[in-house]
Amino acid sequence: MVFNVLLYTSLFVFIVGLIYRISTWFSRKIGISSRDISKSERLAAAFKGILEVIFSAKILILIKVFILDVVFQKRILKEDFLRWAMHMLIYTGFMLLLLIHALDKHITASLFSEYYSTLNPFLFLRDFFGMMVIAGLAIAIYRRFILKQPRLKTNSMDYYAIIILVVIMISGFFLEATKITSISDFERMVKDFSDVDEEKDLRALESLWVHEFGVVSPDIKEPFEQKLLEHGREIHETNCASCHSSPKWAFAGYALTKILNPIALSLDRAKSPNILWYIHILACFFGLAYLPFSKMFHIIASPISLLANAVMEKESSHPANIATRQVMELDACTHCGTCSLGCSAATAFDALGNENILPSEKMVSLKSLIAGRKLSTEEIKAVQEGICLCTNCDRCTVVCPVGINLKELWLNVREDLIQKGYPEPMLLSPFSFVRGLNRYDIPADEYYKPVEVAKQAVAGKFDFLIKQSPLVLHGGGVEEFSQLSKDNTFSYCFSCQNCTSICPVVCSFDKPEEALGLLPHQIMRCIGLGLVEMASGASMIWDCLTCYQCQEHCPQNVNVTDLFFELKNLAIKNVERVETR
Amino acid sequence: MIKYALFLGCNIPARVSQYEDSSRAVLKNLGVELIDIRGFNCCGYPLKNIDQRAYILSSAKNLALAEKQGLNILTLCKCCFGSLKKAEYLLKEDSNLRQDINRALVDSGLKYEGNIAVKHFLSVLYHDVGIDAIKNRLSGSYKELRIAAHYGCHALRPSRITRFDDPVAPTIFDELVEITGATSVDWPQKLECCGAPLTGINDDISINLTKKKVLDAKKSGADYLCTACPFCHLQFDTIQKKVASNNGNSEYLAPVLYSQLLGLCMGIDQETLGINKNKLDISEIKSFIDSATDPHRPT
Repeated sequence: MVFNVLLYTSLFVFIVGLIYRISTWFSRKIGISSRDISKSERLAAAFKGILEVIFSAKILILIKVFILDVVFQKRILKEDFLRWAMHMLIYTGFMLLLLIHALDKHITASLFSEYYSTLNPFLFLRDFFGMMVIAGLAIAIYRRFILKQPRLKTNSMDYYAIIILVVIMISGFFLEATKITSISDFERMVKDFSDVDEEKDLRALESLWVHEFGVVSPDIKEPFEQKLLEHGREIHETNCASCHSSPKWAFAGYALTKILNPIALSLDRAKSPNILWYIHILACFFGLAYLPFSKMFHIIASPISLLANAVMEKESSHPANIATRQVMELDACTHCGTCSLGCSAATAFDALGNENILPSEKMVSLKSLIAGRKLSTEEIKAVQEGICLCTNCDRCTVVCPVGINLKELWLNVREDLIQKGYPEPMLLSPFSFVRGLNRYDIPADEYYKPVEVAKQAVAGKFDFLIKQSPLVLHGGGVEEFSQLSKDNTFSYCFSCQNCTSICPVVCSFDKPEEALGLLPHQIMRCIGLGLVEMASGASMIWDCLTCYQCQEHCPQNVNVTDLFFELKNLAIKNVERVETR
Repeated sequence: MIKYALFLGCNIPARVSQYEDSSRAVLKNLGVELIDIRGFNCCGYPLKNIDQRAYILSSAKNLALAEKQGLNILTLCKCCFGSLKKAEYLLKEDSNLRQDINRALVDSGLKYEGNIAVKHFLSVLYHDVGIDAIKNRLSGSYKELRIAAHYGCHALRPSRITRFDDPVAPTIFDELVEITGATSVDWPQKLECCGAPLTGINDDISINLTKKKVLDAKKSGADYLCTACPFCHLQFDTIQKKVASNNGNSEYLAPVLYSQLLGLCMGIDQETLGINKNKLDISEIKSFIDSATDPHRPT
């Protein structure tokens, strides 16, 4: 009764959760690509797309991907054998336990007419599959908590996944062990299933079970006479043997009984088998009910991601389906960290400390963002910086074990984020190169706006400086000046203007002062006068190609281009300082 | 056999895979062994504008990884080359910086001591393989093909650090072009920037410079531009094509990667060289090859 109520409640929550989570794939907006597409359009496009694939030659691709990537998980194997072993152990072990053990009444019993959970091979297999899961979990714990790879982050969802599995498995093995040793279970079984009632026979049977079947009895103890055991065996053969193999086959549970032996009687008196049974099934039902809302939802979303990405292409797939797929992909992510371990830009995380630079952590932030959680301005800026500080090398997409098309996800979400109006200095670096390559895919006004906003943020406020006469070092720049003077080559500058006259950017304009603020030689003089803020505010430094013509042609060996880099670094730090003030 | 750690960088695997494929084929033909180091990350080039230390750390990690295996680095990208060279130079000059960076590398089990060299593809061909060795491997040669060699800024300058070639009158690339039988044309804009560093930051300036170079190369009679850097290549290939088609203009000058130019003369097939992976069509270049002429025959 209790069991059924709990089962149906958790199953109900699971199904409602599943429907809700899948419905969000169609309702949630993501990036610029889903802007003008309604929920119903996305649903219709998905059905159409799925049917088109099923009734075409692409079904063969799906079958291949299902076997190789979903069942055998070739993509994980390619990355790391240990992780593949971990995942295969947990997933095959758990699936088989689910089928032969949890659903034994429905599956195992109908397949094998003589099925009893206490008979071999079922008795042995249950422990064997259970130990597979335990071994997998041990690798997972080793990998996350002992190996401590620098860029592998562990969050609450990862803890939850490990904890729920550990509770299910450990409670199961303890339940098995306490049931083996339980004298009250033994007595109940004898009463219910045998016709033994004579004191002498009962004693003989109990002796045998203490001797060979691990039961711990309060008054019957080793050693036993051979004759008594033989008598017990006769009774056993007629009454018990048809349903009971030796518990030694349940090797893990049996090994536990050896450890529990001294306290087995008190455990039995405290009704431990009952308590452990509740812990075991409650953990299972909780796991089931919470599955759609936990990392375990990847059991459903990840195969879909692998299959969808195998048959979808940016050019030919319906934009509505790409939007739906991208929302789904957020659920498919298992936070395994493969992307972050391979990320080309991840060293920037080591230097700058923004976790959102790591793709696996970007996914965590994007989940919140797309789910509509209100992020603070700081959080949004951190995500924005993380998503812009990307070299678009596509490695994350190549290695993702669940086939998420991360590169397209980044491009789509990046474009939406940088339109929000928070200045993003990363856009003023070659990180913008790929955005520039794709500029005709972006509406013209939206393309230029974020770069303009960033340029404004780093631009100097010249007006008040120009009114000063004579120009003096602005108070705020002292510290910056001392940093800059490490490369004091600017002090050799005698304003010959070679740098300016050879600069291809300066040569691009009829009136370069208007377009560029200050010209290279003027910037060198500015620094020489200690006017760092003025120098770092000139748009010239951002329009510099870094072609090093100026530096190469300087007769005084002034490191013009390198000083520009330093000024740019300073200007960016200044933006951060002004904003946090 | 000469052995290098191949440094691909970020652009090549994602957007210019034909550069990798053709370079591997050409170098294999010349007996250069390439080792792939999986841990290589971005050279730090795009971080230069943002944070000098983050840039140096990125570069240093790559240098340390190659050093751990005792290999010199071969880069295909000139921006990666320039960045790694500059980091190498600064780490050598500034012992405080080196200490600071090495402290940050400890977590990855790495240390950089400055015992390896960083070389660009063209330097390896010219200095380490040598012009004569390359000539020996050619099976055909171009006739009446005129090439505008684009040197690329970050290899040439700052010359004190990169030491690639004479920064004012370089010849390496021209000589490498000419061994294929093609003529390396003299063009005033040869040493100028392709415009790529400002793509996405100031596209007007960037495209303006690209156009200026293309126009100049055309005026100087070139049939193709020749590149040896993914940034320059994408600028002349993808961007030139997009800008031209957006302006309804079909006037352009296609770039060929040097590894493709050389590979064709070695008789490597077009498929391997990724000739049709270029956005601007260069398939006609094959018609300039005159395989009947033995390139070694004295004329």
